[in-house]
Amino acid sequence: MYRNVNRRTALKLAAGAGALAMSGKLAAPALAQGAAARTLRFVPQANLANFDPIWGTQYVVRNASAMVWDTLYGFDDKLVPQRQMAESEEVSSDGLTWTFKLRTGLKFHDGEPVLAKDVAASLDRWAARDQMGLLIKGIQQELVAVDDRTVKWVLKKPFPKMLLALGKISTPIAFIMPERLAKTDPFKQISEYVGSGPMRFVKNEWVPGAKAVFEKFPDYVPRQEPGSWLAGGKRMLAERVEWVIMPDPATASAALQNGEIDWWENPISDLVPVLSKNRNVLVDIADPLGNIGAFRMNHLYPPFNDVRARRAVLMAMSQEDYMRAIVGDDNALWKPLPGFFTPGTPLYTEEGGDILKGKRDFDGAKRLLAQSGYSGQPVTCLVAQDQPITKAQGDVTADLLKRLGMNVDFAAIDWGTVGQRRAMKTPPGQGGWQMFHTWHSGADCINPAVAIGVRASGDKAWFGWPDVPAVEAQVEAWYAAKTLDEEKTAIGRLNKAALDGVVYAPTGFFLSYQAWRKNVTGVVKGPLPFFWGVAKSA
Amino acid sequence: MLSYIVRRLLATIPVMAVVALFVFSLLYVAPGDPAAVIAGDQASPEDVARIRQSLGLDRPFLIRFGEWVWQILHGDLGTSIFTNLPVTTMMVQRFEPTLSLMAITLCLSVSIAVPIGVLAAWKVGTWIDRAVMAFAVLGFSVPVFVIGYLLAYVFALELEWLPVQGYTPLSEGVWPWLENLILPAIALGCVYSALIARITRAAMLEVLQQDYIRTARAKGMGQTAILFVHALKNASVPIVTVIGIGIALLIGGAVVTESVFAIPGLGRLTVDAILRRDYPLIQGIVLLFSFVYVLVNLLIDLLYTLLDPRIRY
Repeated sequence: MYRNVNRRTALKLAAGAGALAMSGKLAAPALAQGAAARTLRFVPQANLANFDPIWGTQYVVRNASAMVWDTLYGFDDKLVPQRQMAESEEVSSDGLTWTFKLRTGLKFHDGEPVLAKDVAASLDRWAARDQMGLLIKGIQQELVAVDDRTVKWVLKKPFPKMLLALGKISTPIAFIMPERLAKTDPFKQISEYVGSGPMRFVKNEWVPGAKAVFEKFPDYVPRQEPGSWLAGGKRMLAERVEWVIMPDPATASAALQNGEIDWWENPISDLVPVLSKNRNVLVDIADPLGNIGAFRMNHLYPPFNDVRARRAVLMAMSQEDYMRAIVGDDNALWKPLPGFFTPGTPLYTEEGGDILKGKRDFDGAKRLLAQSGYSGQPVTCLVAQDQPITKAQGDVTADLLKRLGMNVDFAAIDWGTVGQRRAMKTPPGQGGWQMFHTWHSGADCINPAVAIGVRASGDKAWFGWPDVPAVEAQVEAWYAAKTLDEEKTAIGRLNKAALDGVVYAPTGFFLSYQAWRKNVTGVVKGPLPFFWGVAKSA
Repeated sequence: MLSYIVRRLLATIPVMAVVALFVFSLLYVAPGDPAAVIAGDQASPEDVARIRQSLGLDRPFLIRFGEWVWQILHGDLGTSIFTNLPVTTMMVQRFEPTLSLMAITLCLSVSIAVPIGVLAAWKVGTWIDRAVMAFAVLGFSVPVFVIGYLLAYVFALELEWLPVQGYTPLSEGVWPWLENLILPAIALGCVYSALIARITRAAMLEVLQQDYIRTARAKGMGQTAILFVHALKNASVPIVTVIGIGIALLIGGAVVTESVFAIPGLGRLTVDAILRRDYPLIQGIVLLFSFVYVLVNLLIDLLYTLLDPRIRY
């Protein structure tokens, strides 16, 4: 553990004589300090409670898994899928057959070579749980290992977005596991963690909820290109990475300042000024793709089964209010978002977003709400109090609705209960709901394949069950698009249709910080923490 | 005495049975769905249902309860829904930090609170008495996490004397183990010390008015001997009772303290399990804490026989 050597070493030495008598062993500061210098101590965004990235699709599981398992393709920082374990790919002229060839020399952490049959089994398991994978499976003819290095995926219809699916960042990622693990039912957990990536998971040191340990895999063969997000050469410079779960942000802040940890994934914005003042700590934006705040209205029941009521809320809401509630006064951390796709990405558009721009029109909103037939019935708002983002948004929404003259039934609950209740299609008075708050990672809002929130297929849509056929028509158009311009046209129309129908209410785009010690180098901005290229000096 | 111990231990069985039924039922009716947490936001309702089915969460209450009780009777507390590890394994991993924290807190609190309670009773009405009572009020009033933050700020961040967080097993050395526990033990011990100090003072005041204390003084016995040999021993029964009851305070306080100081103990495990709706883990931990509490009360009752020869079972 890194310490300020002067005071604490002096105290240790002073106590050393007594400790020696009691413990019967010498402290070993030299060895301890050497090991500590090669160990990167990282505080993740959440508790790593399980470690199967296909079964449990939480971001924290994905982030840890990215160290342990590799992928056929991976997004670079331009969001372009690049070859990773794949040496080459070939698609037949009719677009129906994809043939992937593996790089040579790839090994699993148990020393076994990575073979095509492992890839086929892994893709099959991934496809059973992933939105894009399910689409591919739906048109699959066969997925086979032709030989030890060649996998063939034969489809009944062309799927031009195959590499996007295999290289995307949004969870679940198509990680490549040994065949015996990949044959596990995708709705059950794997029991071993044999990886194909640059780090090995040290299971016997795992204390779920407290600590997870990863060690460099010496036989990993990185690509020659420089590393870029999930693409390129994943060269590990730290021998050992320890994930230290710290539920209390103030403790994590103090530990970072004290040198007890090296890198903190997501400091809360209140503590960033304190960290910025510390001469041993660096602070910068964590993920340029940021996050999109949201609240969803239930399209099944009054008042929000009427589009006029939904549009009334959009006319009155102020994205600035929501964003300031989440990030505070730092203007660098937020921007308005008159749409559903991530700013700075190729498909970003503001088409149809006028309703969210300009001066807020409360009078117009109240008239529209009255026209919808709202007659004062309670509006049940689910607000998770244990998530700072949803709590902040919920407080703003409650105020907004009251100012619109609505009767707010504010359900202050925890995120676990939100997760259960939002799935209920019963009427609000019988356990159901009319509004809940959430947010989406920007990486999950770069296109409609991964942006589940913007889909409007009625019963099959995400919670709230919006039914806007015009949105779905443009999703189909996007999938069929052959050029970026065609994609942009489809997305522009999709954005407009989704706002006209108010699939959900985007509350704004916001960023967050990460913080690390100055003796740690190579930390990059990204949608997940990338440990390759990160080094720590003593 | 032996038959008393056996009877008390046997009486634990119906107590544990009631606790088991209560905690299982409470979790059954509580809102939340671990399958939804596991499946994540991208999952369809069908996915969530499949996960729920694979975890056996869609089966009727009586079947699930019966299976769980059957497992417990065979020494198996079940498997964590999330980690797929045995509940026993997860609890054993966390046992040492919590036990260490509670032991250090207990020793620290009792060794400080009892003497100052005695002192306050001896110097009743003086500034010493008022200072001790002020400490007791503060100890009750200030939340554990506030004390924890203050201690961490002063002694860890500013003075750099002690670490902010973490736990080092005893097997890696006594001082490394102790230095991680000092601040948490002080934070957790404040409310415990406040309680013990007040009860000690009250019990001592009552005893110090007794005739035999006046006789001891008249015989020329020294003040220390009067206070700590005659008076304290006779006042010890209520003090020990409160120490025993206060174990529940310690368990509850350990949850907050372990979160503030990032100690990987049972308290944190409990909170994580509840937030995730990891039912087998919650059930196992509640059973464990209940059993520990019942045992502690038995030990306290047995301790009475040492302190007061009139008490015999």
